[in-house]
Amino acid sequence: MSTALATSPDPWHFALVGTPNSGKTALFNALTGSRQKVANYPGVTVERKAGLLLTPAGRSVNLIDLPGTYSLRGRSPDEEITRDVVLGRLASESVPDLLLCVADATNLRLALRLVLELKRTGRPVMLVLNMFDLAQRRGIKIDCDRLAAELGVPVVTAVAVKRDGTAQLLARMDEIADSHLAAPGQNTWKPPGAADLRAAQREADRIIATAVGMPERPDTLTARLDAVLLHPIAGLAILLALLFVMFQAVFSWAQPLMDLIQSGFDALGVIMHNALPDGLLQSFIQNGVISGVGSVIVFLPQILILFLFILLLEDFGYMARAAFLMDRIMGSAGLHGRAFIPLLSSFACAIPGIMATRVIDNRRDRLTTILVAPLMTCSARIPVYTLIISAFIPARHVWGFVNLQGIVMFGLYAAGIASALGVSFVAKHFVWREHETPPFMLELPDYKLPRIRSVVMGLYQRAMMFLKRAGTTIFSMMVVIWFLASFPRPPAGATDPAINYSLAAIIGRALEPILAPVGFNWQINVALIPGMAAREVAVAALGTVYAIEGGKEAAAQIGQALANKWTLATALAVLAWYIFAPQCASTLAVIKRETGSWKWMAVTFAYMITLAYIASFMVYHVAVALGAG
Amino acid sequence: MSESHLPRNGHTSLPLGQAPCGFRGRVDAIEVREQSGGLPPAEIENRLLELGFVEGAHVEILHEGAFARDPIAVRINNATIALRRREAMAILATADGTG
Repeated sequence: MSTALATSPDPWHFALVGTPNSGKTALFNALTGSRQKVANYPGVTVERKAGLLLTPAGRSVNLIDLPGTYSLRGRSPDEEITRDVVLGRLASESVPDLLLCVADATNLRLALRLVLELKRTGRPVMLVLNMFDLAQRRGIKIDCDRLAAELGVPVVTAVAVKRDGTAQLLARMDEIADSHLAAPGQNTWKPPGAADLRAAQREADRIIATAVGMPERPDTLTARLDAVLLHPIAGLAILLALLFVMFQAVFSWAQPLMDLIQSGFDALGVIMHNALPDGLLQSFIQNGVISGVGSVIVFLPQILILFLFILLLEDFGYMARAAFLMDRIMGSAGLHGRAFIPLLSSFACAIPGIMATRVIDNRRDRLTTILVAPLMTCSARIPVYTLIISAFIPARHVWGFVNLQGIVMFGLYAAGIASALGVSFVAKHFVWREHETPPFMLELPDYKLPRIRSVVMGLYQRAMMFLKRAGTTIFSMMVVIWFLASFPRPPAGATDPAINYSLAAIIGRALEPILAPVGFNWQINVALIPGMAAREVAVAALGTVYAIEGGKEAAAQIGQALANKWTLATALAVLAWYIFAPQCASTLAVIKRETGSWKWMAVTFAYMITLAYIASFMVYHVAVALGAG
Repeated sequence: MSESHLPRNGHTSLPLGQAPCGFRGRVDAIEVREQSGGLPPAEIENRLLELGFVEGAHVEILHEGAFARDPIAVRINNATIALRRREAMAILATADGTG
């Protein structure tokens, strides 16, 4: 077998296994560099990360980075993937020739228990002591030969974050492959019970006692930082300050870049508009293709800024602390402690927010967060809110100092938050009644300085994932919306705006009987369709249907037109509609992408539009009853 | 169960879920009495074991949350684990110096 391997041209298949926080992903990045492919395992939403590396002897190795786990019991879809790949049960994966079990050299207890469990699978195992430099600096003395002898597996050291930190590991791959890949043993693995786990942990503790010397003065940096960062009051204050900076950054730092991208694509659209003859092709290129691509790229600055913060905090080790601090507050609404960053970012835009739910390991917690994220008042609602508020709500002061318009705006934000908490509460207690949120148990890793390289790599991967996968869906939806707003063409000599002859108008009129009870006229219905592209587009679309030239800049005129044509009850109903309505194709596309299913996209759409209808119905009728009809 | 699960030297062991911040001691037993978070007691026990809560391990409560002093951060041997007091009720420990 070993000679067959040595001469066969087929690459080896190695798998990285390890506990969470073992630095497994950093090691994977160091070993494979840019030769990585991120995809999904068939049928599940678990991310499959694989890459290619060359051993010093010139052998190519397919390396797969398996989801982190404490054991092979398979408690979640991610962990089931790890188990099935390790055991060779997954038809789409090659059985790994060698399992590289990655361990944080400063914290070996749980990793050694995992090694003992992996050995039972009969697959060749090698233990990689990652962050070995850190262990040395802290005075932790690890006798690698002793460790290897006790465990019965080869042990190598590595420093994933340093140049050449993986040299020893690479060198040993060739060596080990020749001797150890030879004879996979018998698989005696079965899901460990409590007695097995106890016995294995005792054995691991015994081995540590013989092979690892702990320093007399333990690391105090993490303890000193935690004394402040996990302090019940100071810790929460720091977290809030951090969130404030983050929210500001996503909201305001991104704005100039987004404006730049927007005006760049607008200018490109105008250039194409002038270069092409009037007609359908011109409109398709300008309003379908260019603004479609633009509507994808415009989200990139927010996504990159948000993920820069998330990756830095995650690598630093703060994310788990933040979850610790927020667990109780979020938990009362049925949300996981880690859900607060995605939800907070959703105030800027639900798209980076939904992508940020990846920090939540548990699938059900993550789904709840994704479902409620679009209820947070995103920045695209602001133009719609301000237009209607300034047209209908008098700028008068109540109780001497409070601006009435400000109160309405605040009320809209509060309604968004309250409904998000309410929906997650309902989801937890009524939808997933029989599957409660699993207990909160989380390792708080030692603090580590984030490495620029791994942060940049993480940013690049997020950006590509967004552009490639969400981008294609967003783009195709933009084209569909353009089609609805442009076909059929207005007849020759038509006097009304072109959109009034389009499919959007036909749909808008068809919706009239359904939406009349909530106080919407057909012009509003028509504007809702291009408004699916992005909420703020509805402002320009209202201008178009009321035949006002000048697009977004003409907001004041549009406001006047609305004030003449709508009743106050209708205006309030539109506001209520926008709190809930799924008026954003991009958000729906990202939900589809992140949940891996059309079902959850449909669920989100259905529940939001139902809430929107109920809310605007109630608001309209209460307002009419109070004489605002 | 075995001898080691019994409180030592007649001192009653304390559920970690009731222990104050700053508590130091040794784990006497992991005994999950009720289901929690929709998981059966055996699964909670396995998860605690997987995070290193085994009999004989040294524990110290380092931090606690602002609301209802929950959750808690527990130093166990060389690692720190965050968990809720509800699940920590299953970890029975004897305080250092009383054993």
